[in-house]
Amino acid sequence: MTLSSHMIHLMVILFASIFTDNILLARFLGMCSFLAVSRQVKTAVGLGLAVVFVMTCTVALDWLAYRYILQPYQIEYFRFILFIVIIAAFVQFIEMVIERYSPVLYQNLGIFLPLITVNCAILGASLFMVIREYTLLEGIFFGLGSGIGWMLAIVAMAGIREKLTHARIPKGLQGPGITLIIAGLMALAFIGFTGVLSGG
Amino acid sequence: MRSQPKMQNIVLDGLWGNNPIFRQILGICSALAVTNLVLNTMVMGIAVIFTTALSSLTVSALRRWTPRVIRMMIETLIIAFYVILFDQALKAYWPDMSRNLGPYVGLIITNCIIMGRAEAFANANPPGLSFIDGFFSGAGYACVLLVVSIVRELLGMGSILGIPMPFFSSALWDRWIIMVMPPGAFFTLAVICWIFRSVQAAKETQVPGGKK
Repeated sequence: MTLSSHMIHLMVILFASIFTDNILLARFLGMCSFLAVSRQVKTAVGLGLAVVFVMTCTVALDWLAYRYILQPYQIEYFRFILFIVIIAAFVQFIEMVIERYSPVLYQNLGIFLPLITVNCAILGASLFMVIREYTLLEGIFFGLGSGIGWMLAIVAMAGIREKLTHARIPKGLQGPGITLIIAGLMALAFIGFTGVLSGG
Repeated sequence: MRSQPKMQNIVLDGLWGNNPIFRQILGICSALAVTNLVLNTMVMGIAVIFTTALSSLTVSALRRWTPRVIRMMIETLIIAFYVILFDQALKAYWPDMSRNLGPYVGLIITNCIIMGRAEAFANANPPGLSFIDGFFSGAGYACVLLVVSIVRELLGMGSILGIPMPFFSSALWDRWIIMVMPPGAFFTLAVICWIFRSVQAAKETQVPGGKK
């Protein structure tokens, strides 16, 4: 494969995971925090950024662990436990580093980090990476794209929900109900991207 | 002294009154994706019930010997253990289904319901009751997903469990392809939630302060 076609291939993975195969709207991952933390744009951006960063790094770390620890010993079925431990340890480590070196960033981002350990999108991205047999570089682009896609969805949702505070919604539909319907409409819009990219 | 929770209440709470999906919209991540076909949902439901029931039992049995500080870690390991068992069994005996479900069986580990039941119930109650509690919480969850999947497959493909249904598979019914695509899952769950909450609200106004 030539260099340029390789670049195109990576770009396809990146954009496919942001738009056509959005991890939240097409794969339903990370719904819990999506429903709970999408009331304000500001917090949504904070959580989104944290997810982009952690997802990119943990997919890479999980790839290395899978390739160099699990595969040589043929204990691939331990991947669930190992990935969870890696994600939890990484989040903890990042929290300590940020707290030590950048108190401002810690105040803005710190509260979101513990939430991320239980965000199924993070583990999901790593599991998809294993199933699709990505190379390390492909995995990094996939993790980055999935993170950006997730952030895009939650920020858009928060923007809509801020406007919704003035809307009259049927009583039974308030809260999660209306959020799910909006998510459905957003998923519908994202289907419009299908066919823009092929492959990936 | 706290009174022992009654068996009947546990069963009813798990299935209806405190149904994890309606009440808290928890843990739908790992399962909404497989509701496009009824068969996939049934297998996923069994996986969730299996994991919740047995991990609740185990957490409860070990609760006297678990140091409080690291209990989350231990609970996660217990849950992961059962998920791996199920995943390996599925891979060995039903590889097609294992491929269909993809990573979603593994994602049961991060399903908030299971951890929630372990934290909220199994930590403070004897193993037998915890098992029942986990079983019916899982069953309540599986039932909702089953309803979602029946609606989706019926409207989208005109069949249930792959068997064509009389009216919906005929030429009279224009198949709603959108129902088997991702947006259909969101819409169906939203409508089901709406119905549930309205019924609950109506009941609560009938008996003021009747429950809790």
